[in-house]
Amino acid sequence: MRGYILRRVGQNILTYFFFLTMVYVMIDAQPGDYSNIYLGDPRLTPDQREILRARLGLDKPVTERYVLWLKSFAQGDFGVSFSNYPRQVIDVIIERAPRTLVLFLTATVVAFYMGFLSGKVLAWRRGGFTEYATTIGGVSLYTVFTPWFGLMMIWFFAYTLGWFPIGKFIDPIVWQDSPLSAVELFQRMLVTGMMATLALFAWLLVVQRLETSRRRVASWAGVAVVLAGILAYWLPSGVGKYAADILWHLILPITTLALISFAGTMLLTRNSMLETLREDYIMAARAKGLTEKSIRDKHAARNAMLPVVTSFVFSLAFALDGGVITETIFSWPGMGLTLLRAAVSEDIPMAIGALVFTGALALTAHLVADILYAFLDPRIRYA
Amino acid sequence: MAQSTRIGGVPRVDRAEVLALPVWRIRLNLMWRGLRANAALFAENPIGLVGLGIILFFALMALAHPILMSTVWDKGTYDPVLGIDLAIPLHPASPSATHLLGTDPLGRDILSQLMWSARSEFALGIVAALVTVVIATTVGAVSAYYGGLLDTVFMRLADLIIMTPFVTILIVLSSLFDVKLIELALVVGIVSGFGAAAIIIKSQAMTIKVRTYIEAARVAGGSNAHIIMRHIVPNLLPLSFLYMMFTVTSAIFSEAVLSFFGLLNIRMSWGLMIHTTEYTGYLLDIGKWWLIFPASLSITLLCAAFYLVGRALDEIVNPRLRRR
Repeated sequence: MRGYILRRVGQNILTYFFFLTMVYVMIDAQPGDYSNIYLGDPRLTPDQREILRARLGLDKPVTERYVLWLKSFAQGDFGVSFSNYPRQVIDVIIERAPRTLVLFLTATVVAFYMGFLSGKVLAWRRGGFTEYATTIGGVSLYTVFTPWFGLMMIWFFAYTLGWFPIGKFIDPIVWQDSPLSAVELFQRMLVTGMMATLALFAWLLVVQRLETSRRRVASWAGVAVVLAGILAYWLPSGVGKYAADILWHLILPITTLALISFAGTMLLTRNSMLETLREDYIMAARAKGLTEKSIRDKHAARNAMLPVVTSFVFSLAFALDGGVITETIFSWPGMGLTLLRAAVSEDIPMAIGALVFTGALALTAHLVADILYAFLDPRIRYA
Repeated sequence: MAQSTRIGGVPRVDRAEVLALPVWRIRLNLMWRGLRANAALFAENPIGLVGLGIILFFALMALAHPILMSTVWDKGTYDPVLGIDLAIPLHPASPSATHLLGTDPLGRDILSQLMWSARSEFALGIVAALVTVVIATTVGAVSAYYGGLLDTVFMRLADLIIMTPFVTILIVLSSLFDVKLIELALVVGIVSGFGAAAIIIKSQAMTIKVRTYIEAARVAGGSNAHIIMRHIVPNLLPLSFLYMMFTVTSAIFSEAVLSFFGLLNIRMSWGLMIHTTEYTGYLLDIGKWWLIFPASLSITLLCAAFYLVGRALDEIVNPRLRRR
């Protein structure tokens, strides 16, 4: 197992290196260079332009510039963002990356869970109107024009019903006399969330060792304890109001992104379940007289999960793309929106920084999913 | 019995007669027979037929536009980019007899824009799909046949492409370069050709490579190029065709997203129609539904249609998925 993980990490670092090279080729292949921005300025003499080029390192040969670029990348130096002048690109990334991470991770987990559950039920109740309705619905969710879907969600839930805010990260009126900045508070929320997840995961491992009959009660008790712990920390802290505001702004984007990525998982789970249901061990389970629910959940669904996880790993990139679009529609100030704004305003250092970050996120998510998959299916571990 | 004399629509002939036919006739007959069998399978699948119906609908729209422009529609009023209806004082105007889907904030006819854009969406989709098929089939066949370093390089490249968020890259790319429709089609085609399609087609080629007829061709003295072109590639084409459909979906989707963000250098498209709605401030004005619904629905429907046809073809190519 350790060998497998080490090898995968090594492969990923190599892949990331190729990705960086690709990005560099992209930057370098663009027509002209930074010094061209000032070409229209009559005060810029050719000498000054040469000095500018030399200071930006543009007079060096390509290979040298490439090495230079990699070096400054390793030091976390992406230059200064034009549209957030004079902030460093890396500063902007550190500020906004957690928001994207939360959106992406929550939506992906929710999408996978919901997709798996509904796909399972769908395969079990095969045929007739339900099947066509859900297949059509699933396909339309899968291929819907994402910006439009986001807009419709905003229009319906935020504009017409008024349940949720119309976008953005915080409500400035609520935050007028807040003691903390939104960034600091969000970091605290993030730490809480991570600790809660870890606690739940640890408890889940403990629960696995209990008797079957006690598991359900024990797991719900664990969830209740963790929730009580979160409330006990946030309620007396005095900033709970602001945290709730951020959460309230989070719900709609997460729902939208989850709905977009959920359909793929649902359709695939259904197909995979249908194949599994034909296996002999399902027949054996039926012959033993097990309940329908037990056959479905314990015998069929667990085996049907493997191909779903495989394709889920590949759909991570799709979810990241969806994230960029969702963030833009909801004006959620994460990396996706930053990337798009930078691209539209030709803030090249920021756009490249955001792209490099997105690539890192994609590769890391891929790596984590791969390692989880190896835990799930011992057969492929040393492949 | 009519069945025994006609198999797949081709009259049964005896062996001697078959051998007397020129080779191309035999090939044509075989192809025709295969097509008919597959068409019958396809027709069993209502979802695939729905997809095909939607595609035909949009194809008709695209074909009807030039005809309408030269007969019924006046050029000055109905041009999708430059037209304006001066008879109506306020734009956007709601649907009426002269403008079936109303006009946009700049006074242009929505239906005309919609029909004109359908043509460029098809052109985009077809170019991207053809590029994908050529690349994916070549890469798949070559890396399965030769293996070794070539295979490793192509497969690692495919892994990289699968992992990268494509629309994100396109957004950055379009800020660095001037991207028009044809460049977009090529980029989408190349990326999907070297990506997932190459892996799937390669794994199919691996199973073909070990069949006995490949061995026979080699024993008969066929060169590598001959074996790849005449024996492996034809067997890969059904699968490549399937990937064409998925590429069309992703090409149309990326075009729509990019032009919605205003990043594409393009005269008119469905995405651009929504972009116009956005920057004129009508985006959340659902009362003026004709500004956003026709274009968004067209994108969604056409993407879904190609995807559905792809799924139906998938059931033909992978008999495993068929309903038993």
